[in-house]
Amino acid sequence: MDLYEYQAKDLFAAHGVPVLPGSVAQTPDEARAIAEQLGQTVVVKAQVKTGGRGKAGGVKLAETPEETKAKAEAILGLDIKGHITRRVLVTPASDIAEEYYVSFLLDRANRTFLAMASAEGGMEIEQLAVERPEALAKIAVDPINGVDLAKAKEIVAAGKFPAEVADQVAEVLVQLWQTFVGEDATLVEVNPLVRDPQGKVIALDGKVTLDENASFRHPAHAELVDKQAEDPLEAKAKEKHLNYVKLDGQVGIIGNGAGLVMSTLDVVAYAGEKHGGVKPANFLDIGGGASAEVMANGLEIILGDPDVRSVFVNVFGGITACDAVANGIVQALQILGDEASKPLVVRLDGNNVVEGRRILAEANHPLVTVVDTMDNAADKAAELANAGV
Amino acid sequence: MAIFLTENSKVIVQGMTGSEGMKHTKRMLASGTTIVGGVNPRKAGEKVDFDGTVVPVFGTVAEAMEATGADVTVVFVPPAFAKAAVFEAIDAGIGLAVVITEGIPVHDTAAFWAHAVATGNKTRIIGPNCPGVISPGKSNAGIIPADISGSGRIGLVSKSGTLTYQMMYELREFGFSSAVGIGGDPIIGTTHIDALQAFQDDPETAAIVMIGEIGGDAEERAAAYIAEHITKPVVGYVAGFTAPEGKTMGHAGAIVSGSAGTAAAKKEALEAAGVKVGKTPSETAALMREIMTSLG
Repeated sequence: MDLYEYQAKDLFAAHGVPVLPGSVAQTPDEARAIAEQLGQTVVVKAQVKTGGRGKAGGVKLAETPEETKAKAEAILGLDIKGHITRRVLVTPASDIAEEYYVSFLLDRANRTFLAMASAEGGMEIEQLAVERPEALAKIAVDPINGVDLAKAKEIVAAGKFPAEVADQVAEVLVQLWQTFVGEDATLVEVNPLVRDPQGKVIALDGKVTLDENASFRHPAHAELVDKQAEDPLEAKAKEKHLNYVKLDGQVGIIGNGAGLVMSTLDVVAYAGEKHGGVKPANFLDIGGGASAEVMANGLEIILGDPDVRSVFVNVFGGITACDAVANGIVQALQILGDEASKPLVVRLDGNNVVEGRRILAEANHPLVTVVDTMDNAADKAAELANAGV
Repeated sequence: MAIFLTENSKVIVQGMTGSEGMKHTKRMLASGTTIVGGVNPRKAGEKVDFDGTVVPVFGTVAEAMEATGADVTVVFVPPAFAKAAVFEAIDAGIGLAVVITEGIPVHDTAAFWAHAVATGNKTRIIGPNCPGVISPGKSNAGIIPADISGSGRIGLVSKSGTLTYQMMYELREFGFSSAVGIGGDPIIGTTHIDALQAFQDDPETAAIVMIGEIGGDAEERAAAYIAEHITKPVVGYVAGFTAPEGKTMGHAGAIVSGSAGTAAAKKEALEAAGVKVGKTPSETAALMREIMTSLG
């Protein structure tokens, strides 16, 4: 889960990383009130989970509370790379003497963690990595030993930080590492980390990605989910513990196993090329236990998507038995009754497939077509979606 | 021969007495696996009867190894306790730990991987969040159904469980030396490259199917390795060509970030290494069928 800047900074502050005061506002009036409280020139910053806010007009300086209100009015609602701005962070304007970059992240290739640091901050880090790779230090961090002051000093030296901030940056790195480990993050990034004219080092911006697998030991993280920004179907699916991702096509997809479902999306997209360009409408992995209830929940979510014109149920019975899936489909259609109005193409293979197909044949539901292979079933589902315009 | 797991493997199950552990221990026994013990500190000394096969429960991995000579452990322990279970397996020095558990925090996986490396890589780790490894007709450590395909000369390595099953099903006429599900998490123990290397060295394996998916650059690195070290024919498949950027597709590691991790980039890298890449599972199987037929 990616966090907003203000959420990232709250976590930073909780672990001792120096940040500026400030609060988040959802309306221009709230922004005005925060500026009044701060009593100085402020920056109004769009809270969106994407980069390039400045260029898109999402970051503005305001000298008075009235101006803060006006700037917030301009920024709230702004579309930044497809992300609608619903909140602004109002924080004191800071004079910047120098900008730096620091982060900790997962290094998948080396199966460990990585520190990245540079005394040249402020620009997009991907750009710095390409244009001046020698200016960006990459230091492996052992997950067991972590980052103590000595390790932090090694990172500071590699990042070529100026001597006058070296000790402060090292301290920030230790605190940032504590954020990374303590919150089970897969990324903590400060860009820019700045030195103000008084010589103090401050995290001016922040990016944090949390590991959702670790949510069982961070009950407080549940509050960081932005329910407003969630797709309503995705939110509903999450409530029912379904692994669902909304896409923008017309063929609803239900399958078991993440890899097989991803593959199903591809096969449907290829089939769609022959049938008016229809595409998969979603990713939905019902996992191992395809009970009637899970199948009914899944079908309900998919049929709740107004763009869906046909549904493709693609199950390979490994552990899951195909007869259980078939019974699930039949009972789900009974539970849904008239709500189930779109044609269903079903492909079953694997464990107990003969019995599974027999159950579907016997039920002989008018909406259900059973097709023998994944390719043929995808073709049928795409054809039906195209015909159902 | 086969890779990682043979007819001589002696397998213990950590978390055997839990519901998943019970269900799959029964299945593993039914498919011919030599299971010599379970591990649960609270049930040490008990015995569990699986349709007539009595399996003793030990308090620790070390005790189980001492008593039975076990060299493989299959881990079904829930996410919150998985790190401790894998540390225990590593400290006992067992040769292979197959971690089935789904949903382990990546900091925990990073820690047990670092611990395995720091203690001299005595324990090969497969997973986490994987279906395990099967050497059909010999042994089965994990949850891969044993009745999809018999033994043969194809080696298979895959990030995805159900795509493993699908591909074994499509190629069941030829059979498999071993099939290894390495899992779809951001950090995994055994990689595509490790399995490719083992298949290259396995005289029973004639050709290799490699299944990848979006996210990370493991497939690109495997491609570079194939170009350099693999002389056996390799057929590839990558799931997720139509996956949009920034959406996690079921596996924690399956996400396209910017230009990195796309299926198209992976396919290109594999093809540049001489790997034939199918657009779909059935096309991939057809490519392998051609190779196996020409090998005779």
